[in-house]
Amino acid sequence: MEKFVLKYFNLIRTIIAILIGFAVSVLILVIVSTSSIESIKYLFLGPFMSVSRIGNIVELATPIIFCGIAIAIPFQASQFNVGAEGTFFISAAFGTAFALIIQKLNLPGFIYIVLVLTFATLFGGFWGFIPGYLKARFKANMVVLTLMLNYAAYFLSIYLINYHFRDKSAGFLTSYRLPENIFLKQFVPNTRIHIGFLIAIASVFIAYYFLYHTTLGYEIRMVGFNFHFAKYSGIDVFKVIVLSSVIGGLFAGLGGMAEVMGIHRRFLWQSLPGYGWDGVVVAIIGKNNPILIMFASLFLAYLRIGGRVLNLLSDVPFEMVGVIESIIILLITAEAFLENVKYRITVKEAEKEVFKNGSLS
Amino acid sequence: MDAQISVRDIVKVYPNGVVANKKVSLDIQEKTIHAIVGENGAGKTTLTKILFGLELPQEGEIFVKGKKVHFRSPIDAIKMGIGMVHQHFMLAENLTVFENLILGIEPTKFKIFLDKKTAKEKILKYIEKYKIDIPLEKKIKELPIGVKQRVEIFKALLRDVDILILDEPTAVLTPQEAEVLFESLRELKNQGETIIFISHKLKEIKAIADVITIMRDGRVISTNSNEELTQHDIARLMVGREVSFERVEEPKEIGKVVLTVKNLTYTNSERIKVLKNINFEVREGEIVGIAGVEGNGQTELVELITGLKTPTEGEIRLFDENISGKSVREIRTRGLVHIPEDRMKNGVAEKAKLKENLISDRYYKPPFSNKGALNYNYIDSEANRLVKDFNIITQSIENPVSSLSGGNIQKVIVTRELSSNPKVIIASQPARGIDVGSEELVHNFIKEARDKKCAVLLVSADLDEILKLSTRVLVIYNGEIVKSFNEVSTLRAEDLGPYMLGVKRGD
Amino acid sequence: MDPFLKSILSTSFLFSVLRVATPIIFPALGVAISALSGSVNIALEGIMLVSAFTGVVVSAYTQNLWISLFSAILAGVFIALLLGYFSLKLKADIILAAIALNLFSSSITVFLLYIIAHDKGVSSSLKSLVFPSVKFAFLEKIPILSGIFNNQNILVYIAFLSVFVYYLIVFHTPLGLKIRAVGQNPEAASSVGVDVVKIKLYALILSGVFGALGGVYLSMGYVSWFGRDMTAGRGFIAIAASSIGGNLPLGTFFGSFLFGVVYALTNFLAPLNIPSEIIQVIPYIVTIIVLTFYSARVSKEKEVGEE
Repeated sequence: MEKFVLKYFNLIRTIIAILIGFAVSVLILVIVSTSSIESIKYLFLGPFMSVSRIGNIVELATPIIFCGIAIAIPFQASQFNVGAEGTFFISAAFGTAFALIIQKLNLPGFIYIVLVLTFATLFGGFWGFIPGYLKARFKANMVVLTLMLNYAAYFLSIYLINYHFRDKSAGFLTSYRLPENIFLKQFVPNTRIHIGFLIAIASVFIAYYFLYHTTLGYEIRMVGFNFHFAKYSGIDVFKVIVLSSVIGGLFAGLGGMAEVMGIHRRFLWQSLPGYGWDGVVVAIIGKNNPILIMFASLFLAYLRIGGRVLNLLSDVPFEMVGVIESIIILLITAEAFLENVKYRITVKEAEKEVFKNGSLS
Repeated sequence: MDAQISVRDIVKVYPNGVVANKKVSLDIQEKTIHAIVGENGAGKTTLTKILFGLELPQEGEIFVKGKKVHFRSPIDAIKMGIGMVHQHFMLAENLTVFENLILGIEPTKFKIFLDKKTAKEKILKYIEKYKIDIPLEKKIKELPIGVKQRVEIFKALLRDVDILILDEPTAVLTPQEAEVLFESLRELKNQGETIIFISHKLKEIKAIADVITIMRDGRVISTNSNEELTQHDIARLMVGREVSFERVEEPKEIGKVVLTVKNLTYTNSERIKVLKNINFEVREGEIVGIAGVEGNGQTELVELITGLKTPTEGEIRLFDENISGKSVREIRTRGLVHIPEDRMKNGVAEKAKLKENLISDRYYKPPFSNKGALNYNYIDSEANRLVKDFNIITQSIENPVSSLSGGNIQKVIVTRELSSNPKVIIASQPARGIDVGSEELVHNFIKEARDKKCAVLLVSADLDEILKLSTRVLVIYNGEIVKSFNEVSTLRAEDLGPYMLGVKRGD
Repeated sequence: MDPFLKSILSTSFLFSVLRVATPIIFPALGVAISALSGSVNIALEGIMLVSAFTGVVVSAYTQNLWISLFSAILAGVFIALLLGYFSLKLKADIILAAIALNLFSSSITVFLLYIIAHDKGVSSSLKSLVFPSVKFAFLEKIPILSGIFNNQNILVYIAFLSVFVYYLIVFHTPLGLKIRAVGQNPEAASSVGVDVVKIKLYALILSGVFGALGGVYLSMGYVSWFGRDMTAGRGFIAIAASSIGGNLPLGTFFGSFLFGVVYALTNFLAPLNIPSEIIQVIPYIVTIIVLTFYSARVSKEKEVGEE
């Protein structure tokens, strides 16, 4: 039993953190909701009550998976790049603009789609290059840089769309609608689950392979573990810092454009959608491992959809989910949370080893 | 109970499962200099940390001046009159001596503000009493090591302690500086202080201690008065077997020059000239030892040769090619390897797997990887082979390096560096802080590499190590090579001292 | 004279610089004091939000400025304590913990705003008090200075005072000495009996107090309501401001002042027919540039990869 606990300690800890988060949400609902039992049902079971809601989970998880990977790759290099938020947004804006500009070329659908996704992906890489380079070259603080760049991305995107690609006939602030042959197909009836989800799953495995089975992935992880060691071993730390940001940016850019092409079919955001921050959340829960991030994203989407059902059908606002999320992340990042339990088991095991046969006398 | 400190049945287990103290019991008498000796990892540092409240024991009792105590922090220890001078100075480099001295015992005005005047008066009074000379307004980083240590000792005295723990205080001092330290320790004893002196240098212990406690493998082996033990006895008790301090045999064949350092000068970011016009050569099949007190430019010299830093002036030639300014990777591919001075900082990524640590210099080469894809089949078999060949004690190559002991971590580094068929080895403090067994192994590996015609540059502050391995010895002081010795077999540590301290200079 | 230049050189421009610099000065001092103790505190965003919210709500219910100020400070300190508890006691990475707390603050304020006022955007249905502006008689007679310094909100003056208080704490109290020592060499500090965790916690508490003052100024001085995410990144700008100033009192003040100038410029440029997005993006680009130049200058000795 003790050995089992030690081996799966991290997983057990994560599950306990999530359970505590659930317990707190039940507590909040009992306090604030006039019909708590109903509300609890909405929050936890609501997401599974219809096909379209299950579809909602997958739809919402899609951009979060992309951003989770985008965050995890620089995080693996110990670069606190929180720029996925802005990268996702600005790549979608410039990707939309690009798609509208080359619309007249009348490219065949598949080529058109590939071209636009590639453009947005590369744009994401370019946007990721900025903080990566400034950090590596000038040692500017990565967190602050990427926070500022998120705002810059937001204003530049809004400017681009509202001043140059605005659909004045739409009756609200939005870009022109994309041509139909560039839509990513929604392939599950009664849901909006689209090809972008499959691309996200593929990205998960590509990112996993990249991080754990390629030399660049190895370099990224070694820099993350100990950059002094990486440097001493001959790894080009400068290159790794820049590339980890660029590669993270690629995934964020791809995710942004896939979201536009799969769900909205036009650029209609007027505020930052927050997927980049969700990406940070799932990267933390998933310990920067792309496969775990995929599950974490589905879990987070489930929570969010629960929150929406709650918001819709009860008197409790959606923001409660944010509170729960933050509690879960706090507990997961808290390394010493339950550490004393682990320590006590370790000490017991070690003492058993030493004191057996009375070897101390 | 009339002992100043009595320790009974202390057990300390660290979170990683290492049992550092196994039922340690000990009495320390008033107004004595009590030496605790033992190899690294014997548990003496852990014991002193417990006495000073830096670590909590799982079991056991401590009595200070007859009173049972439970130290939860150094505050508790200081309150009971225990002070400690650490091996690595506990001083904030950017604060002044004055600020460092009053830290934690600041007198106040109106209960809120610092009362600098009262503090200064008190300090001057103590300076007079103990006749210790220190510059109050200078920043710590501007002081030489000997003075920093004086500040450390004075800092403890200012807190009215009557028990002073010194953790390997001479490790960073030259023999001459150490003699000065011993004088002041004797003086302090006469003034009524009890001194606990941690060391593993036998000569020093014989010279200064009244009582000697020997620890080995987390246990107290014996406590005797100085007169009852010879150096030979202590050595035997410390390591539990006879140890040869014998020199390795001379190299059979010394070949052509491989590494040349020419007019090398380095100015650091604080515009201090750390290295001045360094010149030397290393040939195939020889070990050139660089002796010196730490902090005289050795770290920078090694970093320049290995490509971690770029020289301000001068050349480093490897096989007749100027490598100064080349990247670490470029230098490593030319057959130069590096055993780093700071093992945990540079040598390993402790949270990464053992196998990942073993390939950090070669992962990009086939067959470790092909076109950017890692070949784990080959990596695993190669890692397992190395673990076996170099006698690294671990349960699995999948375990993180942090699960290994210090000696084994050093073996991981040495294994990686020496298994790539190097032409030149830069070894910096290769046996620091590891157990005797591992030290023997590491020294053997280096000697074997030498015999395979490797050129070795050995940088060490440990004179025994220098005298045991080196074919030639250079002494570095204040960024300059001040003396070279071509005949090492007759050389003694005392011969090197005056040069290391800068009292004497060669030609 | 060019009308643009004229408006820039007017006293009303400098007046507004001080007005908009104030909600950066406070959190910048908060960032600086925790930076001196060795903690990177990016939670000022959350601290300010929670305090801004608490101030408005408490003032709406009690109609008492002092009680609302006090509660707002308590709320800010509470968030800082959470950050301290998780990063110091539970060993969470302080950046990640702060990200979580910013999310927490942003969510809980909107959540409670809805519960209390049934609105998720602004608190206009809550009748909150506002901190008064102050008129100094002696300044009246001095032509230019009066235009710049007089009639500011009382919290603007408190911001100035806070810079001085910060100086006193850091350089003339035992706490300040301990904070600096802990930030430089925690082991050294603990070896002479300084409780490192406690000192870091005190520094975080102080940063909570400074941040809370900034939050209160936003919702009860700058405007008179609480709005969803109304800090708009000031807690992050504050990090840039304090690092430009090397965490020293005057430096941090001037760093914040610089951003005040940029913000004020944004407002003053508005009539010039430039798209508002382009003007609004300026402070962020300036932060990036300034931060980059500043980092390049101070961190020559740092190695690639170091934070």
